[in-house]
Amino acid sequence: MVDLAMTAGTAAMSRPAALHAPVDYNEEVVRKFMIASMFWAIIAFTVGLYLALELTWPDFNLGYSFTNFGRLRPVHTSAAIFAFGGSMLFGTGMHVVQRTCRARLFGGTALANFVFWGYQFFIVMAALSYVMGFSQSREYAEPEWHLDLWLTVIWVLFGVIFVGTLLKRQEPHIYVANWFYLAFIITVAVLHIGNNLAVPVSFFGAKSYSAFSGVQDAMIQWWYGHNAVGFFLTAGFLGMMYYFIPKAADRPIFSYRLSIVHFWSLIFLYIWAGPHHLHYTSLPDWTQTLGMAFSIMLWMPSWGGMINGLMTLSGAWDKLRTNPGLRFSVTAVGFYGMATFEGPVMSIRTVNSLSHYTDWGIGHVHSGALGWVAFICFGAMYYLIPVLWKREAMYSQRLMSWHYWIATLGIVFYISALWVSGIMQGLMWRAYDSFGFLQYSFVESVVAVHPYYIIRMIGGLFFLAGAIMMAFNMFMTIRGPAARPAGLPAGALMAGE
Amino acid sequence: MFGGRFTHATIERNAILLLILSLVTITIGGIVEVVPLFTIETTVEHVKGIRPYAPLELMGRNIYVREGCYLCHSQQIRSLKDEVERYGHYSLAAESMYDHPFQWGSKRTGPDLARVGGRYSNDWQYAHLANPRALVPETLMPSYAFLAETTVDDRMIEQHLRTNRQVGVPYTDEQVASARDDLQAQANPEADTAALMTRYPKANMVPGNGKRATELDALVAYLQVLGTMVDFADTSTESLQQ
Repeated sequence: MVDLAMTAGTAAMSRPAALHAPVDYNEEVVRKFMIASMFWAIIAFTVGLYLALELTWPDFNLGYSFTNFGRLRPVHTSAAIFAFGGSMLFGTGMHVVQRTCRARLFGGTALANFVFWGYQFFIVMAALSYVMGFSQSREYAEPEWHLDLWLTVIWVLFGVIFVGTLLKRQEPHIYVANWFYLAFIITVAVLHIGNNLAVPVSFFGAKSYSAFSGVQDAMIQWWYGHNAVGFFLTAGFLGMMYYFIPKAADRPIFSYRLSIVHFWSLIFLYIWAGPHHLHYTSLPDWTQTLGMAFSIMLWMPSWGGMINGLMTLSGAWDKLRTNPGLRFSVTAVGFYGMATFEGPVMSIRTVNSLSHYTDWGIGHVHSGALGWVAFICFGAMYYLIPVLWKREAMYSQRLMSWHYWIATLGIVFYISALWVSGIMQGLMWRAYDSFGFLQYSFVESVVAVHPYYIIRMIGGLFFLAGAIMMAFNMFMTIRGPAARPAGLPAGALMAGE
Repeated sequence: MFGGRFTHATIERNAILLLILSLVTITIGGIVEVVPLFTIETTVEHVKGIRPYAPLELMGRNIYVREGCYLCHSQQIRSLKDEVERYGHYSLAAESMYDHPFQWGSKRTGPDLARVGGRYSNDWQYAHLANPRALVPETLMPSYAFLAETTVDDRMIEQHLRTNRQVGVPYTDEQVASARDDLQAQANPEADTAALMTRYPKANMVPGNGKRATELDALVAYLQVLGTMVDFADTSTESLQQ
C-alpha cells in the first residue's frame, strides 16, 4: 500500500537535505484554511441538498422569509464558491507559493492570519446578510456594498502576500501553478470592483443601486459572472492541478510549452465569453456573436490544460489504483474536460436557444463545480492533510475510496437527471401542436421535471455523504499519531517536500 | 523567441512583469465588449413610454431583488417564436434602461415575468403571492404571505429616488419631493391620484389594506407595471433596430 505521505517522504529523503537551507514555512495558516474549507464544504452541500428538497417539495420552504429558496440559494452558491472553494484557493495558494518559491509567506504571520479571519468574517456576514434580506441580486456577487469593500481589502492583502512571496523567492523561476494563482487573484480583483460599482442610498444602510442599468448592467454582470467561473473556479483550481497532480504522481508536468500556451490563451480568451449568457436578449447581436465565437475558441486552451494534467500521469497510471487522492484529482481533470466541452456547445446560439433558462445550465454548472472544482479540492486536501499535520497517511484509505465512489455516483445522478429535465423543459417550451398552438402550458413543464428533481436530490445526498466521510477521515487523521521518526531534523523534511 | 534574448523565461523570472502582462491580457476582452455598449447610440432603442418607476413600484422592485425572485423568474423575452407567443413582444433594451440593477435572470423555474403586468388581476396577484398553491396546485413557488405583515419603509424614499438620479434615472425634483405621498397614494383607493398619474403614467393602483402600504402592495404594484410601459401598437418596427 502506497500512501501520500510516504511518497512525499521518499522524495524528500532522496534529495540531500543540506542542499538548501531549511525554510520555516507558515503552515499554520494553510492548516486553518483546510479546516475552514472542510467545514464550508459540508455547509454548502447541506444547503444545496435543502434547496433541492425545496424544489422537489415546496413545503420545505416553511413559509418563513429566511428559509425561502430565493434567500437560501445565494447561501448555497457563496458557501460552495467562496467559502469552500475560496478557502481552498487561499490555503493552497499560500502553500504552493511558499513551497515553489522556497520562501516563507511575505508579510508575517499576523498578516496571513488577518487575511484568514477577515475572509471568514466576510463569508459569515455575507451568508447572514442574504437570509436577512440584503442582496444586490447580482449572481455570485450578491453581497451589498459594505461587504464588497471589506472583501476588496482582504483580497488586496492576499494579493500583497502572494506577490510579496513571489518577489522574495529563492528559486529563479516562478512555477506555472503560481501564474494561474496570480491571474486568478488579479482578475477576480478587477471583476469584483467593476461589477460591484454602486451608489449606496445612505452611509448607514446596506441598500445600494448599481451604477449601471439594463443592457450595460447585464453585460457587466455576465462579464463578471462568467469569469467568476473562468478565473475563480478555473484558473485558481488549475493552479492546484499544476502543483498537486505532479506532487501526488511524483512526475513533472507533461509539457512546459503547453503550460505556456495554456496559460496565456486561457486567460486571454476567457474574459470574452460572458455574452453567451445573453443570447437572443436585448444585448446587441455583435456582442452576442463575439461572446459565442470566443466561447468556442475557449475549448482549445481548456483541453490543452486537460491534456497537460492527464498526460502528467504518463508512466504513473498505476498510482490511480493505490492512491484514492490522486484518483480524485485525475477524475477532476476528466470532468473539467467534459464541462469545458459542454460549455462551448451550449454557447452556440442555436443550442443556447434550447438550453438557456433550463435545468441544463444548472446541470452543466454542477458537472464543473462538483466534478472539477470539488474533486480537485478533495484531491489536494487528501494530499495536504498528512503533509500539513505531519501524519503518515490519511486515517483510512478505504474511506477515501468510499468517498470517491459515492461522490462520483452522486455527480452522475445529478448531472444526468438535469440533462434530461433541462432538455425536456427546452423542448416542451417550444413544442407546437398540430394546430400551430403552443402545446404545453408552462406549469406542465414544472410537473414534468418532478421525478428528475428527486434524482438530483439523491445525487446531492450522495455527494454530501461523501464529504461527511472525508470530514471524519480528516478529523481522525489530525487526531492520530504523528508519523515522522523523531531523529530527523524537522527543517530538512520541510524544505525537501 | 525574439532572437534568443526575450523568451518566456524572462516573464517567469519577473513577478511584476508577469503581473502586468496578465493584467493587460485579461483587460482587452472586457473593454472591447463593454465600452461600446455605452458609446454606440443605437444600443438602447428610442421608444416612447418608458418612465422611471413610481416610488411604490421602486420599493416593490427592491423587494423583488431582496427575495431573489430573479433566481426562478427571468425578465427577458428572447426573440424566439415560441417565447413571443407565450410571453408577448420580445424584450427591448429600452425597457430595462432604468433598472438598477437589471433583473433579466438566468433560469426559469417559473415563467418569464417581463410582461406579467396586467396579465392577472390585482386580486389574483395578492392571493397567489400569499399562497401560490391555492391558485396553481402544481407550482413550486414558496409563500410570500409574510410580505403583507410588513409596511414599506418609506422613511428614506426621497433618498432612494435621489440615489437613482445619481446613477442616471431622470427623476424630477417634483417627483423626489412628492415621493412619500405618491408611495402611499398608490396603495390607497381613497387617495387623490391625479397628480400621481401625471407624474407616473399607467401606474397601477393597488387596493392596499386601508392603512399604510405593505411590502406586498409594493411588490404587486411593481409586478403590474412590468412590460406595460411601451405601447407596441404605437411603435414602428424600424425604431426598434439596435
